[in-house]
Parts: sequence; C-alpha cells; structure tokens
Amino acid sequence: MNASVLLRVRDLKTYFVTEHGKGTARAVDDVSFDLYPGETLGIVGESGCGKTVTSLSILRLVPEPPGHVLPGSLIEFEGRNLLALSAPELRAVRGNQIAMIFQEPMTSLNPVFTVGDQIAEAAIIHQHLSRRAARARAIEMLRLVGIPDPDERVDHYPHQLSGGMRQRVMIAMALVCHPKVLIADEPTTALDVTIQAQILELLDRLQSELGMAVLLITHDLGVVAGHADRVVVMYAGRVVETAPTDTLFERPTHPYTEGLLAAVPRVDAPRARLHAIPGQVPAATAWPPGCRFHPRCPYAWEKCEAQEPPLLETGTPGHAARCWLVTEPERKR
Amino acid sequence: MTLVDVRDLVKYYAGERSWFGLGRAKAPVRAVDGVSFTIAAGRTLGLVGESGSGKTTVGRTMLRLQEATSGTVLFEDNDVFALDATRLRTLRRRMQIVFQDPYSSLNPRMTVEETLREPLEIHRLNGAVSALLDEVGLDAAFAKRYPHELSGGQRQRVGIARALSVEPQFIVCDEPVSALDVSVQAQVLNLLADLQAKRHLTYLFIAHDLAVVRHIADDVAVMYLGKIVERAPAAEIYAQPRHPYTRALLSAVPEPNPHATQRRIVLAGDIPSPAYPPSGCPFHPRCPHPKKSERCRTEPPPLRPITPGHFAACHYGEEPM
Repeated sequence: MNASVLLRVRDLKTYFVTEHGKGTARAVDDVSFDLYPGETLGIVGESGCGKTVTSLSILRLVPEPPGHVLPGSLIEFEGRNLLALSAPELRAVRGNQIAMIFQEPMTSLNPVFTVGDQIAEAAIIHQHLSRRAARARAIEMLRLVGIPDPDERVDHYPHQLSGGMRQRVMIAMALVCHPKVLIADEPTTALDVTIQAQILELLDRLQSELGMAVLLITHDLGVVAGHADRVVVMYAGRVVETAPTDTLFERPTHPYTEGLLAAVPRVDAPRARLHAIPGQVPAATAWPPGCRFHPRCPYAWEKCEAQEPPLLETGTPGHAARCWLVTEPERKR
Repeated sequence: MTLVDVRDLVKYYAGERSWFGLGRAKAPVRAVDGVSFTIAAGRTLGLVGESGSGKTTVGRTMLRLQEATSGTVLFEDNDVFALDATRLRTLRRRMQIVFQDPYSSLNPRMTVEETLREPLEIHRLNGAVSALLDEVGLDAAFAKRYPHELSGGQRQRVGIARALSVEPQFIVCDEPVSALDVSVQAQVLNLLADLQAKRHLTYLFIAHDLAVVRHIADDVAVMYLGKIVERAPAAEIYAQPRHPYTRALLSAVPEPNPHATQRRIVLAGDIPSPAYPPSGCPFHPRCPHPKKSERCRTEPPPLRPITPGHFAACHYGEEPM
C-alpha cells in the first residue's frame, strides 16, 4: 500500500512567530495524512484550524518569516521530500506536477495579463512549448473547463469575466500541465450556490478524465459529502478524525465532528433549533492543554484535560479519532 | 396583523457614463424591479437570492439607507418614504438592521460600550449596556473591548445588541451569519430565534443560503434579477417548490449526506447582468423546465397564485419538472 502513496505528509508542523512576543502560533501542529493516486481527500475544518496553512506548506508557499516549517516535518511526493528540494527543483514540481487553485478567483488572477497569457505561462515554463503552441493549449484548456467561445475568451482580461468564469480560468491554469495532484483550497466558497454546483461538477469530470488526485480543502461538510472519498477533520492545528467519507457521516466519532455535523443547517430538516458548539476556536498561540477540544466538549472528563489522546483506531478500516471515547465509550451517555 | 407592507418597490441605479462622465450613459441597473410583500408582526420573512438579485437593496431601501426610485413601504400605516427627517428618525428607532460583515460594520475606534451607548444617546433612551450584552450572550467584561479584540461571532453579537438597544419592533437581518463558521453560525441563528420569541420581533432575514433560511423563516421569498419569482410559507416552498429557479437553488445546496439521492439540477450559464435582463421571463436562458417555450422568451410571467398562498412567476408553475 505504501508504495502507491502519491503524497505523504508526516508530522507537519508550521508555526508563525507573532509580533511583540505574543508567542508562537502553532497553526499546523503535527499533521499527517496520505494521498493516493486518483482519489479525492477532503480536509475539513473551520477558520483557524490550519487547513489552508497545511495546503500552503505542501507547496512551500508559507511566507518565511513569519512562518516556518519545523525540522522533522516530511512532505514526500513520489519518494522525494519537497521540504529538502532546492528552489529550481521545487519549481519543477510546483505548478507542474502539483498545482493549486485558490479561494478567491478575483485576487488570484493577474489583472494586467489576458487569461490566455496566464494559462499559457505554465505550459511555456514547464513544457517548453512555443508561444503559438502554448496559446493553442490555452484555448484547448478553456474549452476543457467549459468556457464558451474559447477562441475569443483567450484574449480577455480577468475583469471581463464573471466570478464563475474566473474560477474556471483558475482551474484551466492549474491543469495546463496535467498535474498528478491538484490542491483545491475552498474552490467554491466565494461563488453563488448555482455556480458552485457547476464548478464542483466540472472538477469531478476533470478528475475522472485526467485521473489526478485532489486535495479538497473546505469548511463545508456538504461539499465533502458529495465529492471526497476520504476525509480528514482538523481542529486547532491537529487532525482530530480521519475516515472514509461514508463512515465519517454514518459514525462520526470525535465530538467535534459530531457537533459540526449537527450544526449544519439542512434544507431537508424541519425548522428547529440548530445544535451549536459552545464557545469558539481558541487562539493558535494558546491551545488548551490536554485534548484541544475539551473546553467545548460535552463529554469531557478529567483525563481529557490532563492528557491529549493520540489518533486512536476505531476498528473500522481507515477510521481513527483523537478522542479518549474510542477506548472508553461508556463515558458517553 | 401586518407590520410591514412593501408595494411595488423599485430601485434603479443610473447607468455609468463612459469618457469620464461625458459620454452616453449605459442602461440603468434595475437592482429591484417591482417587489411587493408583507410581513406580519412577530413573523420572519426569508428573502433569498444570489449575488445581484437585489435582496440587499430591498432591505436597505425599506429603511431609507438608500432612496428608492418608486414604490411604497408602509410600517404600521406610516408611509416610510413620505416622512421628513425628524419623523424618519423617530421611526428608525423601531426599524433596525444587522449587517452582514461584522468586521466592517463596527467602528474600530469605539469600544463595545461606546458602540452600544451611541444609539441610546441619539434616541435619548435609558438602557443598560450590561443588560444588552447579557441578552446577546456576552460577558459584561466585553464592554471595554475594541472590535479587533473580538471574534467574528462576538462581533455579530455586538451588532445584534446595537440593533436591539433602541428596542425596535422590526429588524432587517442582512446575511447576518454568512461570514461566520458553521458552529458559530448555529449559535447566532439560535440567538436570533430566542430574541424574536422573547421580544416579539419581526424579521426580514436576507440570505443566499436556503438551508440557513429553513431554520428561521416562516415565509420565504426567492428573488432573481430584481424580482420575486416565488413566495410561499416556508414548509410549502421546501416541500414543493414551483419555480424552476427555486428548484435548482434547493438542489444545489450541498447536503452533508454522502447518500443524498436528490437529483441535482446544475444550471447552465451565469446570472445575467441586471442592466440587461433577458426578455420575457428573466430566468428563461438558464431555465431547465421541459415545457420551456416561445412564450417564456416573450411574455414576462406575473407572480401569481399556483395554490392558495403559494405564488410563483412561471407560466408552467402547475406542472412538475
């Protein structure tokens, strides 16, 4: 099984030094997961849980300083530790074999270049295409992502496109070199719900056509339910639960996952009070001792405050939760 | 009893001029194009739509934060658009708004206490800041803090406390939870529901998310390109949406259930510009209804009752999709 892992993240720690000695923000604190070829792995969590910093760390896009990835972290892509690559070696991977789309299509495109130029850039750099061939590739990519009149649109500037069209252009840019891994960081959060449905359908189609692995980072459990094969739930810089998607939604084991699922408003539920998780996510400079969720957890007891649980196997294949309830289920009444 | 009565509300924004204001004006943007509804005292109307549908403009023109182009808003038989400045100020005490973005709608240089004190002073009211904070679930210690010291959820609680401070009857909630994380969003929605029950408040709850509206609204109106395309009691509209746009919106909500069996309707194309709305039914270029016909392209469908109390602006509203 190990042989086929495409992207292996082990013990990833990305910390930020905050201003004036307020301490170190441990944004990502010992995160491990594997990504297999062709699968979609969802990383779910709320603001401040470390999901975006995790994705930026993989491509070494974390600004240093104030951020730094701690020694001992490993990000292995096809057997090579990305954290140990030289800048030119890294450039050969980034945007070529591992590509990324960002949340804000408005701010992630360069306003002074045509979308065709921006899509062609990666093909010229990585695949050494001529300008003419790169332009033809850009048009082909625009067609692939479902933009009408690609021959005309290739010469348009970002401001001439709607939000949904810009996100399609972002996807075309990311996929122009046929990457093996696509990191999609909240790809639909800024979009209207009908446009979100279009983009998610497009990503599904492109994934099955191109056979890439997708790391889907989102705060939306609904998006994960419909599009991920496996899920990693993050809270306070840690992985708190990981499971195949079906298992996670049928048997959420960590109280945070359970609470998050119960808090999602649903169109198919009758009008009723929502379950709210009390309190709020603590600051990354001062994670609580013991289990980081214990101050908000309805089941917490002394042990949770004293000792942080490791990720414990639940017995279902591939399902683990960082919660003492796995070993002491009788505590949950 | 009807508290708020909106009749044929219209708001056009003048078209931009090219050539630094010297050229010919572009077509006006029809942000709100003839919207009517009523809200009974103590009830919540959910106003739902995507970007550019005009839902926010409806809320803002009702409170005269922007002047409407035409139409009438009656608040307990007061004609809101006919009031002079003094009487408008008196009425504003009874109509308040909670804004979407808790980051930009609080003054960063004012403490929570100053923010909450200001409306009390303007309206010469005696109210205790500590009681307000308590009511929205914040500790009295928050009074001395500045907005940057608060989380998004706490800021939104301050925004709600500010609206409550003058003891209004009616609150426009303009996407009050869309900037918040799911777990905090649930806290704020529950708070709004509790306050409504306790103070007998009436809400216009503006949102882009039909799932959020499900948990707070008694009635729902769906807007598309400046017009209401469907309006019905909440239970009705979720059980049996009549307008194809409402159906598509409902089906596009990602359900947190991997075995969701619902057929997803993915609409083609983008929302057209409200400066150049399509002819006939504004939804016809994206409409997936199998009966879509020439009539949809030429004849604008009126908002009409399909069943008693359930209105839809579709020529084929009776027919299933």
